[in-house]
Amino acid sequence: MHHHLILRVVAKLLLPFILLYALYVQWHGDYGPGGGFQAGVIFAVGFVLYALVYGVDELTRILPRPVLITGMIAGVILYAGTGLVGLFQGLTFLDYNGLAADSRHGQEWGILLVELGVGITVASSMTAIFVAFATREPDIDDEDW
Amino acid sequence: MGVIIIDLVLFGFLVLAALAILRLTNLFAVTMLAGLFSLLAASLFITLDAVDVAFTEAAVGAGISTVLMLGALALTTREEKTLATRRAFVPLICCLVTGAALIYGTFDMPAFGAADAPVHTHVGGEYLQRTKPDTGIPNVVTAVLASYRGFDTLGETTVIFVAAISVLLLLGFPNRANRRKQDEDEA
Repeated sequence: MHHHLILRVVAKLLLPFILLYALYVQWHGDYGPGGGFQAGVIFAVGFVLYALVYGVDELTRILPRPVLITGMIAGVILYAGTGLVGLFQGLTFLDYNGLAADSRHGQEWGILLVELGVGITVASSMTAIFVAFATREPDIDDEDW
Repeated sequence: MGVIIIDLVLFGFLVLAALAILRLTNLFAVTMLAGLFSLLAASLFITLDAVDVAFTEAAVGAGISTVLMLGALALTTREEKTLATRRAFVPLICCLVTGAALIYGTFDMPAFGAADAPVHTHVGGEYLQRTKPDTGIPNVVTAVLASYRGFDTLGETTVIFVAAISVLLLLGFPNRANRRKQDEDEA
């Protein structure tokens, strides 16, 4: 892995911009195209690029498997939890009107939190699936290649 | 006129990519062409002004699924095993008849962008009118996705979660530290 010098440098240069772009897509989904789903995928792609250049072991060092599993669960819980707040306020499930003083701000908050939940689940799921594929030992003979 | 040329070029390459995927037996080339197919589909969505769908198609279809296919490819052979070909007339006729029926069905569809198309006469217009006063969010797609249809999106998120858990169960997701310990124990 140590001989891909250009790849390693370029990957390290690109990584912050990919993650920043993912965050832009995440938080800017209300105003332009994008949202939690796309942002989660782009976020995961950043880590996949890191793993492709530096190896999966490096990726699992910065993102251990329990963190990925926790992220997958936390996103769904954040989404459903945002919905439950409405239920406890006497509104219907996933009604965001009561999340802030007036209903429009409530809606904005609700959509922001819900999209964040989607983003966290998608990013962790995609990274976890990639790690599961990449760390699996091939069962196939070298001659079959 | 310019739009028609762009559409024709994109559709032409789309068909070429599909035919190449059918013909090729090198799975690496097929994976790359599948990514290209998604990118072309994303470009077509942009010409239809469906930027959110195009974004998803480009990120998921051309981006992450190509990487995951390559990851799967590393675990299997690189060449597709070809079976002895024999002429299959019945499947060919089935495909031709189904394709002709689908094309015949499109003749009844409203013209592209027609104001009296069913998609514009039901709830579509209401969403466009109500989104701004209800939520204050400029992107109607996001408002429909996360607020008006919040139940559906919760379901989709749960589907992604369950799918990921299933893949991890099938492939195994052992903690690296535990696995090393296991290996040492076995040695």
